Amino acid sequence: MSTNLAPPVSDPQNLPPTGDEAAVVLPDIGRDAEAIYVAPNWKLVWWRFKKHRLALVSGIVVIFIATIALLPEFYSTLPPHESDSIRSFIPPQRLRFFAGDGTFLYVQDVKGQRNQKTLMMEWVPDEEKIIPVKLFARGFEYNLLGLIPTDIHLLGVENPDSGQKFHLLGTDRLGRDQWSRLMFGTRVSLSIGLIAVMLSIFLGILLGGISGYFGGTTDLIIQRLIELLQSLPPIPIWMALTASLPRDWSVEQTYFAITIILSLLGWTTLGREVRGRFLSLREEDFVVAAELIGCGKPRVIFRHMVPTFYSHIIAASTLAIPVMIINETFLSFLGLGMRPPAISWGVLLQEAQNLQSIALAPWLLLPGLAVIITVLALNILGDGIRDAADPYS
Amino acid sequence: MTSNTEQTTNSTNGHPLLDVKGLKKYFPIKKGFFKKTVGHVRAVDDVNFFIREGETLGLVGESGCGKTTTSRCILRAVDPTGGRVLYRAKSGATVDIAQLPASEMRRLRPEMQMIFQDPFASLNPRMNLFDIVSEPMFVNGIKSRSERADRVAELLQLVGLRPEYMQRFPHAFSGGQRQRIVIARALALKPRLVVADEPVSALDVSVQAQVLNLLLDLQEQLKLTYLFVAHDLSVVKHISTRVAVMYVGKIAEIAPTDALFNTPKHPYTAALMAAVPVADPRVRSKMIPLQGDVPSPANPPSGCYFHPRCPFAEAVCKQETPQLQEIEPNHFVACHRAKELELDGISAN
Amino acid sequence: MNNQQPLLSVRNLKTYFSLDEGQVKAVDGVSFDVNPGQVVGIVGESGCGKSVTIKSILRIIQKPGKIVDGQILFRHNGDSMLDLTQLNAQSEQMRQIRGAEIALIPQEPMAAFSPVHTIGNQIEEAILLHQPVSKQQARKIAIERLREVGVPSPERRIDSYSWELSGGLRQRAMIAMALSCNPKLLIADEPTTAIDVTTQAQVLNLLRDLQAQHDAAIIFITHDLGVIAQIADFVVVMYLGRVMETGPVDDIFHNPQHPYTKALLKSIPTVTSESGSRLPTIEGAIPHPFNRPAGCPFYPRCIEMMPGTCNTSTPSLQPVTDTQSASCFLYHKQTDDE
Repeated sequence: MSTNLAPPVSDPQNLPPTGDEAAVVLPDIGRDAEAIYVAPNWKLVWWRFKKHRLALVSGIVVIFIATIALLPEFYSTLPPHESDSIRSFIPPQRLRFFAGDGTFLYVQDVKGQRNQKTLMMEWVPDEEKIIPVKLFARGFEYNLLGLIPTDIHLLGVENPDSGQKFHLLGTDRLGRDQWSRLMFGTRVSLSIGLIAVMLSIFLGILLGGISGYFGGTTDLIIQRLIELLQSLPPIPIWMALTASLPRDWSVEQTYFAITIILSLLGWTTLGREVRGRFLSLREEDFVVAAELIGCGKPRVIFRHMVPTFYSHIIAASTLAIPVMIINETFLSFLGLGMRPPAISWGVLLQEAQNLQSIALAPWLLLPGLAVIITVLALNILGDGIRDAADPYS
Repeated sequence: MTSNTEQTTNSTNGHPLLDVKGLKKYFPIKKGFFKKTVGHVRAVDDVNFFIREGETLGLVGESGCGKTTTSRCILRAVDPTGGRVLYRAKSGATVDIAQLPASEMRRLRPEMQMIFQDPFASLNPRMNLFDIVSEPMFVNGIKSRSERADRVAELLQLVGLRPEYMQRFPHAFSGGQRQRIVIARALALKPRLVVADEPVSALDVSVQAQVLNLLLDLQEQLKLTYLFVAHDLSVVKHISTRVAVMYVGKIAEIAPTDALFNTPKHPYTAALMAAVPVADPRVRSKMIPLQGDVPSPANPPSGCYFHPRCPFAEAVCKQETPQLQEIEPNHFVACHRAKELELDGISAN
Repeated sequence: MNNQQPLLSVRNLKTYFSLDEGQVKAVDGVSFDVNPGQVVGIVGESGCGKSVTIKSILRIIQKPGKIVDGQILFRHNGDSMLDLTQLNAQSEQMRQIRGAEIALIPQEPMAAFSPVHTIGNQIEEAILLHQPVSKQQARKIAIERLREVGVPSPERRIDSYSWELSGGLRQRAMIAMALSCNPKLLIADEPTTAIDVTTQAQVLNLLRDLQAQHDAAIIFITHDLGVIAQIADFVVVMYLGRVMETGPVDDIFHNPQHPYTKALLKSIPTVTSESGSRLPTIEGAIPHPFNRPAGCPFYPRCIEMMPGTCNTSTPSLQPVTDTQSASCFLYHKQTDDE
C-alpha cells in the first residue's frame, strides 16, 4: 500500500501527480495496489471472501454436500430401498485400516445373537470375519446423473459376488442401509431447499422489481399482497396446504407440490428487499447518469441496477436455503411433507421418532447431524459472502 | 475571461441556446393508506431564464430553493409539471424539451449532459473507466471497440487523467479524479450544454480549484455552454458569465455576474451576499444576517415569498407576487421595490 | 482572569486507530493552546484530524481509537492544570468536565437531539446532571438559555421536539444546551456546515455575541476558510494529523508562512476574486490517512519541496515570526526526529 507514493516533482507529462493514488484506501485483501485498481467487483469480493477462513471451509463442505445431492448413488453402498428384515438394527460398522492379512481397508463383520431374555436380535462384532472394502468398487447398477449406466461406487465390498454387506451408519427397522438412505435423502432435501429458494428468489426479484421500478398502483397492490402473506402464520398454513394434498399423489407430485408451497410463502422478504433497492437505486446519481447518456430502460435495469445487488441476492439465498431445508424436514417429520417410500432427511428422522429407536438404535438420529452440518455450513457461507459482498464498506 | 463576452455577442444571433419559460415542478404530498394527495411542494414555481450559447449561467440559492430540480427538469431527468424548456438543437430547430416524447428526447440527449455533485455516487462502481466513459458512445451507436478506446484515451487526456488508467475501476480514484471521470463521460458525446450540479461542493477545498480551472479550460476549448448550479456564491461568481438567484422555487434576480455582485437589486440577493463569510479577517463586520428561516415550498407565504424576511417589505409585497422584469439591460429582478432600493453589493475590497 | 496561563493546552497529542488494515495516525503530535476568552479556529480538509483532536479533548474517542501519547492540560478549579489524558474516559470527574466545563456543539443538531424527547427535556437533563437545582429551576434556566440564543417565544418552543424546529432554530437550541452549564470552553464541530449561508451568518454572529458575554473560550472547527476568518482570533492549520501552522487570524490570512497555508489561501475562489480567471491550484489529492507519506505529510503536493529533506524527516512546529509557528524545513533546516 505504500508503494504508490511516487514523488510528483519530475512528472514528464502535464498530468496530475500519481500521489493522487494515495488518496484512496485499499482494502486489505493481500493484493498489490495496481491489481486492486483494475479488479472488477467480483474479484474484490472473492479476494475478501478468501480471507474469511471459516466461510471458505464451509464453502468446501457445501460443495461436498452438493456433490452428494448430485450423485447419491455413487456415494451409497447399497440400494436405499433394499430391505432385509433379518438384518434390522445393525449398529454402524466402522471403516478400519490394515487388517492382519494385509487388507488395506476393511470392516468387521457382525453376527447376530438372540437375547434369551428379551428375544431381541443383538449384533456383536465377529472377531474372526472381516469384510474387505475397496474404493471405486462395483455394486448395484445405476445411471450416473440419470444418463450414464454404471455400477461404480465410492465404497464397496471387494468381492461383490460374495453377498457380503456392510453398513457404515447401521440399518433401520427394516434392515435398510442407513448410509445409503442418507445419501438419497440429501438429494431430496437439498434440492427441495434449492429449488424452493430459486423459485422464491425469482418471484421476489420479479415482483419486488416491478413494485420498485414502476411504483404507483402496481406497487400498492404488491405491497398489500406481501403484507397479507406475511401476516399469515406460516406453520398452520403449510400444514393446511400440505394436508390438503391428495393422499394418492405420487412421490414426485408431492415433492413438487411441497416445493411450490414453500416458495410461495418464502418470497415476500426478498421481494421487499429488492423493492427497496430499486427504489433507492432509481434515485442514485449513476442510474440518473445512465438515463441521461441515453441508455434504454432494459440497459439501465440490467446493466446498472441489478448488478449492484447480485452479491446481496447470493448471500440472501445462501441464508434462505437452510431455512427451506429446515422447513421441509419439519413438515416431513410431522408426517405432512414427504412420505415413505420417498427418502428425505425429514422422512429419515421421522423413523427415529420413538423412544424405542432412540434407546435401541441411536444411530437412526444421525440424519439430524447431517441437517445440522448442512445448515451451519450454509449459514456461515452466507455470512461470509455477505461480509465480502461490500469490499469497500 | 474575455472570450466569454465575445462568444455571447457573436454566437447568439439573438436566439438563446436554452430558453426556460414558466417552468413548474410540483411534487404531490401524499398521505394515508390510499396515498391521497393532500398538497403540493412547489419545488420549481414559474421559473423563467435563458442561456446564451457559450456562456455560463450560475444558478444559486439555498438548499430547497429548487435549483437542483430546475436543472433536472431541463435535462428531463424529471418531468416538469408545466412550462416550456425551449432548446435550439444542433439541427437548428427549436424544440420544447418539456413536451418531447421519450424517443425524441433520447435522440437529443447527446447534446446535453450533466455533472453531478457527489463523484462517489455518480460512477457505477462495477464498471471500469473504459466502460464508464465509452458507454455514452456505445448506446449512441459507436459499437467499434477500438474506435471507442481511442476516443476514451483522448477524453481522459483532455480531463487530465492518464489513458493507462482505462482499465481501472472507480475505487482506484480520489474524489477530484472521479469528478474528472464524470466530466470525461459527460463530454464523450460532444455535448453543447453541460449542466453542472454543485460539481465542486463535495470536494476538498484544495482540490476544488483544479476542477474549476478544468471546467473553464474545457469551456474555452470546446465552446461549451454551462448551467452551473451551486450554493456557494464565491464559486458561482468565479465561473459564471451571468448569475440567477433562486428563492423558494422562483427566480429572484438574474444579471451579468459583475452587475449582480456590484449592484444587486433584490433584497434577497443583497442579504445572501452580506451573509457570505469573506476569507479575510479584516472585513469582518460585513456579515449581516438575515432574520428568520427559509419558508417551506409546500406552504409558501403570500405575495412575494421573501416578504416575511425582507427589511424593505411593504403592504404590496404581502399581497402581490412580483414578476421578473428587466429594470436595466440584462438585469432582471422580481421585486416590487427594485427600482427605488439602493442595495450594497460586494465591492472590490 | 489570568490571560497568561492557557485554559487548555494540548501538548504533542497522538491519537491512533488500530484497524485490520493497519494503524492510522489520525492525530500525530498536535500542540496548541487555548487562552481564556479566545476563539481558536482549527481549519483543515478531510482527514486532517481536526475532529479526532476535539474528540480526544472530550475523551469521546471510540474504539479502536486510542490516545497513545501527549497531554491535554485543562485549567480546572482555578489554577491547577489537570491532564485529561490521565483520567478514565468514563470517570465521574471526566463526566463532570464534559458538559459542565467543556461543552460540544455538534455538526448535526438533528442527530444530536433525541427525536423522542422535547428539546426542553434534554436541556433540563443536562442542567440537572451538572447543577444542584430543582426541576422547576432547571426549566427556568433552560428557557432563559433559549431566549439568550434567540429562539423566539422560548416558553412555547421548549416543549417542541427537535424535528419540529427549522435547521437554524435547532442549531440555536443545541447551542443553548451547550451553554446551559456555563462552560469555560465551548467546542464547535463544524456547527454551520449543515445549514445555509443566511442561517450560518446568524449562528456565527450569535456565537460571537455569546462568547463576548460569557467570556468562554471556543474551539471552532471548520474546513471553510471564510468562516474561520470571520470567527477566530487564533488559527491552527492542520493537514493529515499534524499542525502545519499556527498564528493570529490576521497573520495567517495576510502573512501565511507554511507553503500549505499559502497555497490553500490562493486556491480558494472568493467573492472578490475576478470571475473567469484561473486559480492557482494545489496539485494532487489529499492522501488517505492510511497511506500517509513519510516525512512532511504535505511534501508530495508542495511546490517548495526539498528532495532529501522533506520526504525523509518530519518537521516539527517551531516559531517563525513573533506570533506564528510553522512546521516546515524552509524555516528550520535541522531535522527533528520525535
